[in-house]
This record gives sequence, structure tokens and C-alpha cells, in this order.
Amino acid sequence: MSEVILEVRDLVKYFPIRTGVVFKRTVGHIKAVDKVSFDLHKRETLGVVGESGCGKSTLAKVLMNLEPATSGSVRYRGKDVLKMSAAEQRRLRRNIQLVMQDPYTSLNPRMTVGDIVGEPFEIHPEVAPKGDRRKKVRELLDVVGLNPEHINRYPHQFSGGQRQRIGIARALALRPEIIICDEPVSALDVSIQAQVINLLEELQDEFGLSYIFIAHDLSVVRHIADRVAVMYLGKIVEIGTDSEIYDRPTHPYTQALLSAVPVPDPTLRGQRDQIVLEGDVPSPANPPSGCRFRTRCWKAKDICATEEPALVVREKSEHPSACHFAEVRDVVHATSTN
Amino acid sequence: MTDLLVTGEPASQAAGASYAHLLEVEDLRVEFRTLDGVAKVINGVSLHLDAGETLAVLGESGSGKSVTAQAIMGILDSPPAFITGGAIRFKGSDLLKMNREERRLVRGEGIAMIFQDALSALNPVFTVGFQIAELFRKRRGMSRADGMRRAAELLDQVRIPNAKGRVKAYPHEFSGGMRQRVMIAMALALDPEVLIADEPTTALDVTVQAQIMELLAELRRERNMGLILITHDLGVVADVADRISVMYAGRIVEEAGVYDLYRKPSHPYTLALLNSIPRLDLKGQRLNTIKGLPPNLLRIPPGCAFHPRCSMAQEICQRELPPLRELPGGRTSACHFAEELNRE
Amino acid sequence: MSNSMMSDTQAKALPHATETGAATVVDAAKSDRPRSLGSDAWRELRRRPLFIASLVLILLFVVMAAFPQLFTSVDPTYADLNRNLQPPKWENWFKFGVDGQFGYDILGRDVYARTIYGARASIIVGLVTVLGTTVLGGFVGLVAGYFGGWLDSLMSRFADIFLGVPLVLGSLLILSTFASRAHDNPSAFKIASLVIIALVALGWPVFARIMRSSVISTKQLDYVAAARALGARPSRIIFRHVLPNAVAPLIVVATISIGSYIGAEATLSFLGVGLQDPVVSWGVMISGGITYREVAPHMMLFPGAFLTIAVLSFVMLGDAVRDALDPKLR
Repeated sequence: MSEVILEVRDLVKYFPIRTGVVFKRTVGHIKAVDKVSFDLHKRETLGVVGESGCGKSTLAKVLMNLEPATSGSVRYRGKDVLKMSAAEQRRLRRNIQLVMQDPYTSLNPRMTVGDIVGEPFEIHPEVAPKGDRRKKVRELLDVVGLNPEHINRYPHQFSGGQRQRIGIARALALRPEIIICDEPVSALDVSIQAQVINLLEELQDEFGLSYIFIAHDLSVVRHIADRVAVMYLGKIVEIGTDSEIYDRPTHPYTQALLSAVPVPDPTLRGQRDQIVLEGDVPSPANPPSGCRFRTRCWKAKDICATEEPALVVREKSEHPSACHFAEVRDVVHATSTN
Repeated sequence: MTDLLVTGEPASQAAGASYAHLLEVEDLRVEFRTLDGVAKVINGVSLHLDAGETLAVLGESGSGKSVTAQAIMGILDSPPAFITGGAIRFKGSDLLKMNREERRLVRGEGIAMIFQDALSALNPVFTVGFQIAELFRKRRGMSRADGMRRAAELLDQVRIPNAKGRVKAYPHEFSGGMRQRVMIAMALALDPEVLIADEPTTALDVTVQAQIMELLAELRRERNMGLILITHDLGVVADVADRISVMYAGRIVEEAGVYDLYRKPSHPYTLALLNSIPRLDLKGQRLNTIKGLPPNLLRIPPGCAFHPRCSMAQEICQRELPPLRELPGGRTSACHFAEELNRE
Repeated sequence: MSNSMMSDTQAKALPHATETGAATVVDAAKSDRPRSLGSDAWRELRRRPLFIASLVLILLFVVMAAFPQLFTSVDPTYADLNRNLQPPKWENWFKFGVDGQFGYDILGRDVYARTIYGARASIIVGLVTVLGTTVLGGFVGLVAGYFGGWLDSLMSRFADIFLGVPLVLGSLLILSTFASRAHDNPSAFKIASLVIIALVALGWPVFARIMRSSVISTKQLDYVAAARALGARPSRIIFRHVLPNAVAPLIVVATISIGSYIGAEATLSFLGVGLQDPVVSWGVMISGGITYREVAPHMMLFPGAFLTIAVLSFVMLGDAVRDALDPKLR
């Protein structure tokens, strides 16, 4: 395995719930991210999947320091990002960047494309001398597959897929080492998604990037990710390589999640192992004690309420899973029962 | 003042008339007249649906799939939309030839529709029970108490736990999946024979999506309804559809049974689409893409609308619009080279 | 324009996040040359007859205020008691070098000339007041909205204090306290300034609120987060990203408000606390003409008509600007 460039340990983000009109009291916390730990290696794509409320978007914001973390550490090449001074953190922006989900709100409508992609150079003038910037912007537009002649156009003159490319060009401008992609293709048409995914993969090869790829579309993540972390209610419940997670999942939630994803093959109708979960996701302000998934889990026993399962490698499997009764179960491929 | 018609059949229809299909759309044409020009959003769409059948209308943005549904329901804003040709026959009667009142009666009792975003389809200032009860009050002449009772029964049918208590709740108090169920309950209140679902699960989590699709399949079976599912999700379609109509630039480019379509697509667009999606059970190398962008509906390319993006395009594709032709096996395709694709 | 292609439910059901066919339609059509939202708005405006009409009228009034000599050669202060209260001389309309088109007032002064010269005071008060309220309110709203927290609470409560005072009543109070005619004889300039200060002091909270809410919703947009993610400093974020995109509602309200401030000035003059004789403004003229409304209605009618038309044209302008800037209608 290549070197570890990002080490996240016990990262926590709680949002206080406040009431009161004049003087606000804190009555509770939304535990959006609750002790998340993982490593990111060079040139690796780590996929983070989960459904709404699992905390993956909050995780992205905290890693980018757009929201201050409540506790925990994020070490980039050995140095804790959360403990850096403001000036150091600004310099760090050159190494960790962000691509966002919505191509229609992620670009300032009153700036030209050239200004948008060139802004990183204005904020960090030490990266490129003034005379060079225009040229660099054109190069970036070319690299992401846009026509450099369009440098003076405005975002609303581009399609959704093209706008997403502009966002990628902007993230790439400072030659970061890590790019956090927060649902980068979810808002795009199916045929355009493929173009953007291919682009991201090419850029990874060409520039040696590492990605943290956050998405809810499990098929997309399967395609692009090397390793995958599955999140539920603020915690990582299972983490492993893509084939470990997709072909040999051990955590019940991962299994339920995968079994719910439809595969574009009608001959698999009724052939796959179907797990349908009951009920709704509990509120992150008041998560269940012990294992958070136990209220919807068919394997739940008493121990699940009293002892929170740690994310460790369990017997009969090679990758960490946070379940007392972790067991491999293939839900993606056809089983021979029907 | 029109009397409330208990059966919901428009008075203009002859009682007991026979018809080929429960719902039939024939050569529908819809234009949008904008300040920038006339956009030909639907250019001759034909499809049909029978009771107990699930038809999937598959397409991406700009294909015209949603506009087709809205035209069937009669909820297009006109202006800027204008229906310029074709017929929409429900149980043999052409909806486009009906007057407003007759058309309104078909809506809800004959054909109902559910949408992608339940939160904006439901009125936030009324309880869900009230909104459903209103339907019974207005259309069936029930009292408010009876209406609320029926509303609770419906919420139970769509498997909302504690339906009696939830009847008094407001839309924002439900989670996304539950709201979708409420919307389904409202749509089914008057026992429609056709249900149109426009991207019903696109905004939902995948586990909730599975629940909702299962619910729809069950309800469809129980009531022997026809279901039109409008979507871009090839996975969902593979799971639930019986037949599929693929739309591109306002036309049907291919229509086939679900097994046939996935095994052997007979139109380059369908083929390219299937090749470009990542699959859960395979890790691919590079996704095949469809080059270019969807067409500008103000200026649809001459000949076959897909030809600028088609890897198989020949000279004839630029000149001649390929008609929707029948192929062996009871399927159709609008491509000059459909036979070759079908044979391979 | 694009979104009206779908029914309301559909337009809301498909968040703009997915490419709509309509957006593809219009986007591709616009892709020829670089076109900023500003130039697009201008193009929209040029098309609307309402905008053209109101702009023409406003320009007319502004020229009238700046160069009254272009419209009349008569001295508005020249009084000839022999001809007082005489009705309009219709035969003199559209002729040069004559007077009496609008009749004469109680002191025998030419109403037409006074109406023309009166434009100056009214327009200037209106424009300067709006400038003041927009800048002051805009600044407070920007700071309160962007930084939030205790600063926001402080500024909002402070604005609320002023918001609670009714405009006319408050101005009355301020003006009668500081510009009492009983004790000293303040100059026209002093009175006009006080009127402006009073109106600004009582009017800025509305603008602050509008700006604040606009800023709050703008700062939550993704591109602001993107700028922060790049390491931009707050000054850059405020002036490059937030301000240009949040200012539109403020501009709309400001344009409409010019009209209402002109009217407010007239009201104050009418009530006796604003400008007074011998300074001429529409409000002064109306105030003077009320007593004689039955014998010489022309004293009140003509300045009243000018006032109404001026206010209306600013309101129409504001309407047109709002329609052009509203992104939902694009």
C-alpha cells in the first residue's frame, strides 16, 4: 500500500440544538459525525457511502474546515489540520480541495468562467505569477475537456455537465494532493455522469490525485473507488476494499443497503437476496444506545443495546466491521435459491 | 351545475364502448412557444397501456417524458405549451376532445399522478387527512367525518404505521419516504385505473426507494391498475417494468418488452445508455460515454435527432427521419439500422 | 422564462439540480457570446414598453430639476397681485415666451413656472434620501447578515427601534424640534437637509432588513462555500461573491422608494414641517393650494399631477427592474 497522506482519528462534529428567544440555551446535540477514523493513501479513491442523515456531507465540510470540528484529529502528512494557525490552514487549502454537488449553485453567476477558475490564483498569488494566470486557466479548461475560447463566458451559458467540469477545473488549479468530491455526479444526467466520472479518473492518473468520493449512488462508487467506507448515523459501520464491501459485505446495514440497489438486469429479478428494512432512520439528535443500527436490524440481541461494537476486523472476514454478529452475505449477485 | 358522477365516466362516452387499450396515446405533438422560438418538445409519441401492466417511459432530461405525462393528465400550462396534434384515448374516448369539466372528472378517478417531490405536491398548511378527505368530500359527496375515516384507511393501505393518529399530521412532519406514501394514498383515493408515477423515487434514499417500489407493485397488483413509470433509472426499470418505451428528443426511439430490451437493445441510444452506466455487480475499466449533449429542442437536428451523438451514424441518418418500425418479436425501433442491431 | 415551461408542481418537483429540457433549450441558444446577467437584464429591460416609458418620464423630470430654464423663462417668484387666482390660459399652451399656462396662484405667481422649479426640490430630496437609506441600510444589513451572531442581534434590535416609529410622525417630530420656525429662521438648505436626514433616519431599517435577509440566503449558497474552501478572506467573499448577488432586491426596493420619498417630502411640506414658502416644491404648492381648491383648483391640480406622475414613473421603473432581475423569471 502506498503512503498514508491523510489520517483521520476520532473525528467528531456535534451541532448544538438551541432554544429560547433572547438568551439561547443548548438542550441537546445533533451527533452528525461521531468518532470517525480512516486513512487515505496516495493515488487512492476512498468512497464514502450512506443514506441521508448518515453524516457524509458533514464529514466533507469538516475535513475542508468549512465547519469547525468538535474534537478529533485530521493529520495531513503528519500535521494536525485542526490545530493549525489560520495562515497555515490557508496554505493547506492548496493541498486539499473540494468539488461540490450542485452545478447550478456552485459557481458564482456573476463571474466569468475565467474568473472562477482563476480565483484560486488570486487568493494564493505565490502559486502563479500574474502574467501566467490566464495561460494556466486556459490549460485547466482544456484539461477538463472544455473549449479554452469560452473563457469569457458566464456559467449560465453552460450545461450542467460542463459546469461541473468548471468546478473540477477550479479545484484542480492549485494542484492539490487530495480532492474531496461531494456527490459530484448526482445532479447530472445518466449519460453525462459517465463523462464526468471518466474525467475524474483520468485526472487522478495524470496528476496523482487522491479522492475522497462521497456519494449515495452505490453503483458509481463501485466503479471509481478502491476502498469504501459505509456510514450510518454518524459512524463508519464497515470499511474495506471495493470487492470486500460489494462482494463480501459483513455488516447488516451494508447488506441491506446493497440489496436495495437495483441492478439493470431483469433476469436477476427475484434472484437476489432481498432485505427490506423496516421503519425510519432514528434521529441523529437521539441515536439508539449501543449499536445505532439495532432498531432496524434483524440480528439484534441484548448485547447490541449495551455494548457499542467497535470497527475492528471480525472473525471469518478480512476487513473491519462494527457488528457483534458480522457475517459475509452476498446480496449483489444472483443466489441459486430461486 | 354538473352532478357528481359516481362512476367518474364522462357523460360524453357511450356506455359499454369497447376499446383496444386502457390508455392509448397516438401521435401526440406538443410545442412550447417561447420568446426564443418554438421548441418541439413532443414530436409524434405513441404508446399504450393495459390494465395490470407496468409501462416504463425511459429518457433523460429534455426527452419529453414528463411533458408526455402532463399532457395525459391535462396539466400542461398553456401558454407556453400547446398540444398541436394527436389523440389521448382513455377507455376509447379522446381526452383531448373533451371539455374542461369532463377532463377534470377523468383526472383522479380515471388517471392519477404522483410526482417526484412530495413536499411540494402536498399543501403544507393542511393536515394530510384533510387533504385526502377533501377529495372524498368534493368528488363523492361524503361528510368530513366519513372523509377522514376513509383517509385513515388509505394511509393504512400505504402502510403508514399508526394511520389513525397520523391523519392529523402535517406534511412536514413526515419523512421523505412517508410523504411519498401519503402522495400515493391521495392518488389512489378515488380508485383510478391508471397511475402515472413521474420519477417517484429519484429524490429518495435507496432503501426507501426499494420500499416504495415494492408498495407500488403490490398496490398495482391488488387493484389491477395500469402503471406508467417515468424515470431515467435503468436499474429500477429492470426490476419492475413489463414494457419500456425509450424517449429521445420528443420521440419514442424504441419500445420493447423488458427482457428483450436489456438483452438486445435495437437502437443505438439504448445501447449506448446501457453501456454507459456503472453496475453494482461489475467493476469496469472505463465507462463508455455518449459524446456530445442532448439536443436543443429549438433546433432539433434534421433526420434522426440522435445522429450527432451516434457511433453508428451514416449519411442517411442526417437526411431521413427513421420511422418507428416493427421488428420481429413484437418490438419497435426508430433506427435505419435497427435490424442489424436486433440480429446481433 | 425557462421555468414557466413546466407546471408549477413539476417546476418545483424537479429541483434545478437536474438539467431540464427547457434549460437545455435556452442555454444552448444563448451560448453564442459571453453574456453576463447584467447585460441580459438590460436586454430584457429594453424590450419592455413600461420601462421605456418610465425612463423617459424620469429623465424628463431630472432635466427639469437640473435645468428648469429649458422649460420656462418666467421667474417663479415674480408676483403680480393683479392677476392672482386667474385660471389657466389654455391658449398659451405649447407656445414659447408666454406665461399663464397653468394659471396664477394667490400671490399672482405663474403656477407653471413654479411647478417646473418645484421639481428640483422634490426630485433632489427623493434621490438623496434613497441614496442615504440604501447605503446606510445596505451596509448595516450586509454586516448583520454576513457576520451573524451577537453583531446581528445588536444591529437588528437597533434597527427595530427605528422601525417602530411611523415615518411621517417621526419626521414631524424631528423637524419641529430642530427646525422650529418660531425661534430662528432656518434656510431652505437647512430645512431640506433636515427633511432628508429625518427620512433617512426613519427609512434605513427597511433597507437593512431586505439586505440582511438577502445576504443570509446568498451566503449559504455553494459558491460562497467554494470560495471559503479556496481560502478566500472574508473581505473577498463579501465584496466579490456575496454583495453582487445579494444586492438585487435592494436595488428594486430603492427604485420604488424614490417615488415614495418624493411623496413623503410633499406630505411633510403639506403638514407644514418641511419646506415652506418662499422655497418652491410640489408639496409647498399643494399645501398652499388646498385652501383655494374651490375657487382656483389649478393651483393644486397641476403640481399634484406632476407629483403623481413622478411617483408613478419611479414605481414603474422599480417594477420593470424587479422583473428583469428576478432569476426565477429567466
